[in-house]
Amino acid sequence: MDNVEQMNGVQFDILKEIGNIGAGNATTALAQMLNKKLDMQVPVVKMVDFPSLSCIVGGEENLVVAIYLMLDEDIDGSMMFMMPEEAAHKLVNGLLGRPEDNNEPFTDMDLSAIQEIGNIITGAYLSAISTLTNLTIGASVPYLSIDMAAAVLSVPAIEFGKMGDHALLIQTQFGDELEIDGYFILLPAMDSYGRIMSALGF
Amino acid sequence: MQIIKVGMADLNVCASPDGITTLGLGSCVGVVLYDSVTKICGMVHVMLPDSTAVKNNCNIAKFADTGIKELLRRIEKKGVSRNRLKAKIAGGAQMFAFGSQSEMMRVGDRNVEACKKILRELQIPIVAEDTGLNYGRTVTFYPETSNFEIKSVGKPVKII
Repeated sequence: MDNVEQMNGVQFDILKEIGNIGAGNATTALAQMLNKKLDMQVPVVKMVDFPSLSCIVGGEENLVVAIYLMLDEDIDGSMMFMMPEEAAHKLVNGLLGRPEDNNEPFTDMDLSAIQEIGNIITGAYLSAISTLTNLTIGASVPYLSIDMAAAVLSVPAIEFGKMGDHALLIQTQFGDELEIDGYFILLPAMDSYGRIMSALGF
Repeated sequence: MQIIKVGMADLNVCASPDGITTLGLGSCVGVVLYDSVTKICGMVHVMLPDSTAVKNNCNIAKFADTGIKELLRRIEKKGVSRNRLKAKIAGGAQMFAFGSQSEMMRVGDRNVEACKKILRELQIPIVAEDTGLNYGRTVTFYPETSNFEIKSVGKPVKII
């Protein structure tokens, strides 16, 4: 397999399932952290081309908060967790016990809270994949960016761009007491896809 | 007047009074080639520096080398001679503060360098640039005035 477009139905389903489990685990972690009941809708997993990638998140210029990590050891690559700015506000407000509609600009304290949330969400996501595949996944510290959706997405898009013209997007909606939209973008290097598949016996 | 939109890894040409834009440039680079006399211009949204370094290179607008050359071809087809063309470039930001050892940190820089190299080879002078740093840019070029307008989150509009 040289690029993601050549992926067959079974391989795609496996990645979908991995995304599902990862996002489920991340939701549980988030609910515990916020001490709130949080349901996750079945994640939408799809292969999208670059122009649609930024449209999904509400338009290229939509303000988003993104957390990006490098992966190493058994799986090379990177992953991103991204949410609209409003969602990040809701999360921080929930975590710091502020009124839900507080939309003041992020303080340094807020930013480090967001970074920590990102760390926990992505950590839960990756540990689910790691358990499922029995592969060791190392992750870097989380890097944070708050900017236009297209600008932030250019970073994973460039990584995908080396392999093809599409990216694998997992869209998760957390809900119930708190409505939060989140997006995971998992970006294993091409040879790591193979490693994931064979770890699962395919 | 219309504003023509150029997507990621995409290119297009445009003539006055219309303008041409690309939204939310991050580590990618927006390259504009224009002729201030005929007021014809074009923009390419470059994602990667080098088409020869990648196996899957069928989308020529994605790469600095093939993308800028294709843009030039499309503009020349409109009857503009190459020696009248000038370039303005923007983008190539580093969106995340990666550690210095990271290869990915230099993605934006490498895109900018590659675009400059190709433009030098094609002998098209770069008259203005707004590149690097750590924020996204929405850029719009107006061939009528040769103004290249750059918008970023929480910053005043810049015209180069």
